Amino acid sequence: MKIKNVNLDIALTHIITRKRQTIVAALGVTIGIAIYLFMNSLSSGFTMYSRNEIFKNNAHIKIYKEDKTSTPLSYTTANEPLPILVNPQLLSESKKIINPNRLIEQLKEESSITHVFAQVNVDVFYNNGKTQLKGTANGVHILEADSMFDIASYMIAGDLNDLAENKNAIIIGKGIAENLNLRLNDNITVSSSFGVVKLLKIKGIFSTGNSFTDKAKSYIQQSTAQQFVKEDIAYVTTILANTKNQEASPQIAEKIQALTPYTVEPWQVTNADVLSGDLVRGTMMRAISLSILIVAAFGIYNILNMTVMQKLNDISILKATGFSGRDVITIFVTEALIMGAIGCLIGIGLGTLLILALANVYMGPPVGYFPIYFDASIFMKSFIIGMLVTFFAGFIPALKASRVDPVEIFRK
Amino acid sequence: MENRKIVLQTEGIGKYFHDPVTFKVLDDVSFKAYSGEFLTLVGKSGSGKSTLLYCLSTMDTNYEGNLFINEEKITGQKADDLAMIRNKSIGFVFQFHYLLPEFSCLKNVMLPALKRKQYSMEEVEHRAFEKLKLLGLEDQALKPASKLSGGQQQRVSIARAIINDPDIILCDEPTGNLDSKNTELVFDTFYRITRDSGQTIIAVTHDLDFAKASDRTIELADGKIVSHHKSFN
Repeated sequence: MKIKNVNLDIALTHIITRKRQTIVAALGVTIGIAIYLFMNSLSSGFTMYSRNEIFKNNAHIKIYKEDKTSTPLSYTTANEPLPILVNPQLLSESKKIINPNRLIEQLKEESSITHVFAQVNVDVFYNNGKTQLKGTANGVHILEADSMFDIASYMIAGDLNDLAENKNAIIIGKGIAENLNLRLNDNITVSSSFGVVKLLKIKGIFSTGNSFTDKAKSYIQQSTAQQFVKEDIAYVTTILANTKNQEASPQIAEKIQALTPYTVEPWQVTNADVLSGDLVRGTMMRAISLSILIVAAFGIYNILNMTVMQKLNDISILKATGFSGRDVITIFVTEALIMGAIGCLIGIGLGTLLILALANVYMGPPVGYFPIYFDASIFMKSFIIGMLVTFFAGFIPALKASRVDPVEIFRK
Repeated sequence: MENRKIVLQTEGIGKYFHDPVTFKVLDDVSFKAYSGEFLTLVGKSGSGKSTLLYCLSTMDTNYEGNLFINEEKITGQKADDLAMIRNKSIGFVFQFHYLLPEFSCLKNVMLPALKRKQYSMEEVEHRAFEKLKLLGLEDQALKPASKLSGGQQQRVSIARAIINDPDIILCDEPTGNLDSKNTELVFDTFYRITRDSGQTIIAVTHDLDFAKASDRTIELADGKIVSHHKSFN
């Protein structure tokens, strides 16, 4: 083997003649990287899962009319030193969005928006005999809603198309069906606070995995919902929109806000609690995996430190024969990086095996297979961080080696 | 001898040791070494001869006075530049061989030349082999350095010292660990180097026979030069 670079040659010779130390040092990094990769994939998997849970019920952007509180009738001015006050109260304004079609058309023209549809939300009671359950009926064009929320994927009975065709159909959550003891094709009495009572036929049952949603939510036709609140066909309470990039929703929401006086709310605001939970979990996972990696780096540090101590003579003669301090640093850092690279590569392999093993564990509904997520960027990140940590672990002993005073060694 | 080229020159070199008490080891040492000269430094233990050698080696920079090699001022140069000067102009032979045990003899000899990058890999290999041959070690070239006898190892270290054809070869007790047969071999080699290629050898020794056979002997006592010439009484 002929290597042109003499520093690399020396480093490789050290590595090859000290196989056991190399393997031990690399093994530390292997375990560190495997766990780092594994935990990061786990963390992204959980995040993905909780995002998907959010988007079962939430659009990326929601536009609605916010309840307003009454304001003082007049403020202090120079002419009128005393303000006229009234007790602040919630204004009993209608939740209607005026001219929703125009806004929908505008949104559809936005290139960043993929889906838009209007919804009529109605607070209702579900009745069966004397049992009564409070909830919200969503008046939607069910196929549009399905294209956003993929409702079909968590239907446990019935068919979405039946609702699209039938004004007197309803799709209810699993919790409602259980609590009211109802099955597919049974009739259900639904009443609204406006005194409208309708007998609807259950054409579908869904289970989102969230018992709160399953006990309250139902889908009905938009026109049926409008009848419940005694409003005309133009009545719409909420406009929902999905974007191409969910992470950019706040910026897009800001843009839309310029088009309309109604509240434009990105999902990050609606679900701030879930996001902060994600952040805490992510930080924790990263901290744990990083500390494992640092422990692994100590392995390399130790072994290289030992090598330097044992090779004081060799370092001295190299320096005497004209190798500079930088050459000595290069030699030992190269050794660390070779150990690190071996460790990283095996570690990524091991981490991949762990991930694949866990990805095939079936957790049962509604989770399905264990939520674990990985892509090239996580692998890249693991490798880069692994190499960075090894670099520093190698640099400290290398610096020490470069400072060896050959005279002191020769005079012993 | 005085009309020959000056290879190494010192001007009033002085040096202190501070531990355990401040103590002047070298005091105003000035001398010249000429090209092709075989010079020995003698003196009792503690006279400062080794200390002087390490000041000349450019590895010890903590001294007062000035050092010139090939009329270039060495004192005050940066560590990296000094490393380059050592690589190019100075070869070292110590009492211990300091060969890298993982490498073959040939590779050990090649290392300073590979660092210098003056010749291609093949040429360096060829030159290293020639140097080993000069020292009668052509059969041992591919053996690991750790497998050789003490005398052979010392000869490999001499081959390493001369691979870059340095102007000066500095030796610290080069025959201190050798039997008389090997001592003779080393001495012959040194003699040949100075005569054939005009290189200068400066050797610290307390082997009087070795010193006697050299061209000139500088004797130190208490950090001062007491004689520049042969005077063995």
